[in-house]
Amino acid sequence: MKSAVLVFPGINRERDMARALKLVSGKEAAMVWHAETALPKGTDLVVVPGGFSYGDYLRCGAIASRAPVMDAVRDFASRGGLVLGVCNGFQILCEAGLLPGVLMRNARLKFICHDVHLRVERSGTPFTRGYNAGQVIRVPVAHGDGNYEADEETLKRLEGEGRVLYRYCSPEGVVDEASNINGAANSIAGIVNERGNVLGMMPHPENHVEEIMGCTDGRGLFAGLVAHLDKAA
Amino acid sequence: MKARVTVTLKSGILDPQGKAIEGALKSLGVEGVASVRQGKVFDIEMAGADRAKAEAALKDAADKLLANTVIENYRVELL
Repeated sequence: MKSAVLVFPGINRERDMARALKLVSGKEAAMVWHAETALPKGTDLVVVPGGFSYGDYLRCGAIASRAPVMDAVRDFASRGGLVLGVCNGFQILCEAGLLPGVLMRNARLKFICHDVHLRVERSGTPFTRGYNAGQVIRVPVAHGDGNYEADEETLKRLEGEGRVLYRYCSPEGVVDEASNINGAANSIAGIVNERGNVLGMMPHPENHVEEIMGCTDGRGLFAGLVAHLDKAA
Repeated sequence: MKARVTVTLKSGILDPQGKAIEGALKSLGVEGVASVRQGKVFDIEMAGADRAKAEAALKDAADKLLANTVIENYRVELL
């Protein structure tokens, strides 16, 4: 799996992401500066990492989403290439129009930085094939604006088409108000685009991939991507 | 030429920041506040004197960057 990690000013999770990608895929990820107009040849996966691109000025992800490299990402995605956006990366993909909806300020206005539980809603997608449907995983979140919102019509489509891949839940896998940390519509933590090749999620799977991190539940996401690409090759 | 672009949240979109400000105003004892919605104002200096052109450029700016039209409305004014 040849991955490219985008780097914007103010991003701070790119090295965590590159480390996780290397750990699981065995291959060094290419770091791609935002001013680039092309992705490295043979890129299989583009990752938009977390952080605070451009200091969250204007709206989270708004300025980064207009960077030159995003045209290359748009082109890559339109050809079916896999794109993963985590945290600020999710916000950037929404702002770029690659995913529907928007990430609003957390309902309780607080920055949230702790582990959460996610229910994997379905398996068999490139982004979830490392898990079983209904499996509960524990991964950290660290965001102030993760409250996913979209209009009724969009939410209905996301649900109807099985495009909600990850949902906030209790440790037992129950999706309820108490576990919906940021007030997201339908407890949405991660969604894919219509074609299923672009995933945006608020939690950080890259931070739970090694024993020393106290949990390896995030590995499945990357392992699934590797398996998907190996099968496709 | 001076211009102003005002960006506001569409109605029906939850505004937790506005709600917090509303609560703070009430706790400060400011009377008569029914509700608060927070928005943004951009004061922009446009080069050139063509008003129609400036207005079109500002609409373009708002559509492309200043507003997220999924959740926000905008208003362009030439001052």
